[in-house]
Amino acid sequence: MEAIEKIKDLAAQTVSGAKIEIINSTPAAQQPALLVDREHIYAVAKFLKEDLRFQMDFCSCVTGVDYLPKADKPGCIEIVYHLYSVAQRQGPLVLKVRAPRELEQCHVPSLTPLWRGCEFQEREAYDLYGVKFDGHPDLRRILMWDEFTDYPMRKDYVPPADYEWEPTPHDDTLQRAVDEGGIMPPTAREELAKAKKK
Amino acid sequence: MAVDEGLKSELQKQGIFVLPFEQLYNWGRKSSIWPLQFGLACCAIEMIASAASRYDLARFGAEVFRATPRQADLMIVAGTVTKKMAPQVVRLYNQMPEPKYCIAMGACAISGGPFKDGYNVLKGIDRYVPVDVHIPGCPPRPEALIHAIMTLQRKIANQHLDKKQADLRWYDKNAAEEYPIPSFGEHDLHPPANRELWHPPRDYRDVLLDEVKKS
Repeated sequence: MEAIEKIKDLAAQTVSGAKIEIINSTPAAQQPALLVDREHIYAVAKFLKEDLRFQMDFCSCVTGVDYLPKADKPGCIEIVYHLYSVAQRQGPLVLKVRAPRELEQCHVPSLTPLWRGCEFQEREAYDLYGVKFDGHPDLRRILMWDEFTDYPMRKDYVPPADYEWEPTPHDDTLQRAVDEGGIMPPTAREELAKAKKK
Repeated sequence: MAVDEGLKSELQKQGIFVLPFEQLYNWGRKSSIWPLQFGLACCAIEMIASAASRYDLARFGAEVFRATPRQADLMIVAGTVTKKMAPQVVRLYNQMPEPKYCIAMGACAISGGPFKDGYNVLKGIDRYVPVDVHIPGCPPRPEALIHAIMTLQRKIANQHLDKKQADLRWYDKNAAEEYPIPSFGEHDLHPPANRELWHPPRDYRDVLLDEVKKS
């Protein structure tokens, strides 16, 4: 497979206006990725699939990543596609697209029309991260029940306050049991007071 | 009903067995426990191994796994009960005829196990269904399941049939015929536990209340 820089240039030439950026991941993975803007991700993916130099005919996985806002940059939800070419026996090529974390704006184009295998995986990303995939044929929750309203893999997800009694709660666990009105042994409060004195 | 132990033993040597009807009846019940054939996760593999030839659950009369709750006496909750699966597990238990028993097999079924802090796993099936025997382990070995079945057999053998001292659930007129099936809520199952059934150690708020009353 060509070097990532060359793939980037070819894609940028073919898809006019596409903002493509190379993201170098940690040394361990050794997999630089192409970050494409939301407006052009579909066109770039279509190019990678149909161009005879790449023939990316297989999307092996769709992943969601939640980046919380930091002091210097806003947060985002990142969707990562791993593409392979079975025909040319090469890959993976990592394709990334980012959307704002706010639920109303958290939309990315679906790549299911290109790779049918994305269907369930995009549903999973929608289920757990709340990313809406525009153009997805059947965007429903897949793992959690339909009545569920949260997106549990988001980092700001708060699980239901149903804290389970533990035989020996301590430190954070104990504090959480107290704060969340959970169930805990009768001596727990004294233990907490003792721990705070220290 | 008392039968002299010495006489009983002497008669047994002659091939005559004297015993209360209750014992005979319970012996029959405990020797043919039909488990419900369903598994939820990796514990089910150990359950299958227990039923297969090497561990041979048939030696304890519990090899007839029934694929319908209508014919089963025992529900072995083998594996992680996700919140999405929990209503179905309770429904299956409700569909079993009395007398019925439940074994919670493995860390997940008894407490949520390694997934206890997760958003999707029920923190123990005893929140919705009365559990007779808990087996810890991840997963428990087939020997542990066999031990649980033997423990259950001991429990069955000691149950009383006559109404005066009956400790069987189905003689209790006030006992619920069905256990409420939780519904899917917006954030969690609703209710998160059957409070009539599940008695965890006391809530710390009750402890505070007691202290206020004392002072």
